[in-house]
Amino acid sequence: MIQGTIEEIKRMNKRQFIYQVLSFGMIVSSALMLWKGLMVITGSESPIVVVLSGSMEPAFHRGDLLFLTNNKEEPIRAGEIVVFKVQGRDIPIVHRVLKLHEKKNGTTKFLTKGDNNSVDDRGLYAPGQQWLTKDDVVGRAQGFLPYIGLVTIYMNEYPKVKYAILACLGIYVLLHRE
Amino acid sequence: MHSFLSRANAVAAYALSVLACLTFLCFLSTLFIDYRTEASINTIRTIVKSISNYNSDRKANDLGHITVDLRADLSPLFNWNVKQLFVYLYAEYETSSNSLNQVILWDKIIRRGENANLNFKNMNLKYYFWDDGNGLKGNKNITLTLSWNIIPNAGCLSHVNAVGQHSFSFPDEYTIAKQ
Repeated sequence: MIQGTIEEIKRMNKRQFIYQVLSFGMIVSSALMLWKGLMVITGSESPIVVVLSGSMEPAFHRGDLLFLTNNKEEPIRAGEIVVFKVQGRDIPIVHRVLKLHEKKNGTTKFLTKGDNNSVDDRGLYAPGQQWLTKDDVVGRAQGFLPYIGLVTIYMNEYPKVKYAILACLGIYVLLHRE
Repeated sequence: MHSFLSRANAVAAYALSVLACLTFLCFLSTLFIDYRTEASINTIRTIVKSISNYNSDRKANDLGHITVDLRADLSPLFNWNVKQLFVYLYAEYETSSNSLNQVILWDKIIRRGENANLNFKNMNLKYYFWDDGNGLKGNKNITLTLSWNIIPNAGCLSHVNAVGQHSFSFPDEYTIAKQ
């Protein structure tokens, strides 16, 4: 098979090779455009997240996909599911707002809890942190799609699979001819 | 040309696109459904205490103790694209320091197939009703609302308020906690 691909490359002339490389670049850049476009529309720095823990079961399982929005005008309310970042933790957390207090000047502070956890999240926050504010929020969950994120979880757990898939896709796109 | 791999690839690609299409149709079929329904809420006992909140800032905060009657039949809300309802009862009120306070007092997960006819008498709350300060004593307008978050198989995570709220007031004096 490898010999076949090498012969395939040899049979191509220069123009054809450049054409294939360009079309490969088109695919990459359109994916990037889609992602950045979603960021602009939703206002969230990461509009699609994969659920990584079971703390919201049975609503969300590991590998489910969530679509987020983060419009500044729409206020956060109790009962909503927010994705937030805590100082000192890399992975954002998906939990539900349990209590919310809004001051007269418009600043809000809120406390979250996972549906499947028996206690609220004060133990998960940074030491001494009692409440979350708007600045900690990455987005609010608006849409749900099951299972799709399992692919990325497997890819992150077994990096070799990721490189193999990327290599196969790259070779396929480069050598594919109409 | 018609190797095993190319056939498997074609079958997998076709199956995936059919699945994606069906999922999208499932999402479309339930997009415009009105998920509102009626609920009746009533408070039986309402007292307020002033207690140090060791979970938060250790200052003496107002802690409300209420028991509620709750009745709502949520079984009509279930359809093929409702995996679970997250039902929650929250109190909303205004205090001198905060323009809006929302505290979830009770919640329940109802999965499809489970009994969705809620009927509770003189129920104790699941969570503590801590205020962020001393705004519960003598507060004349505390509104209880039942609300639910619809968790679909695939689609929107919408929040719906029940038709029918209940407002009550806390007494003007603290109930002294027995030590």
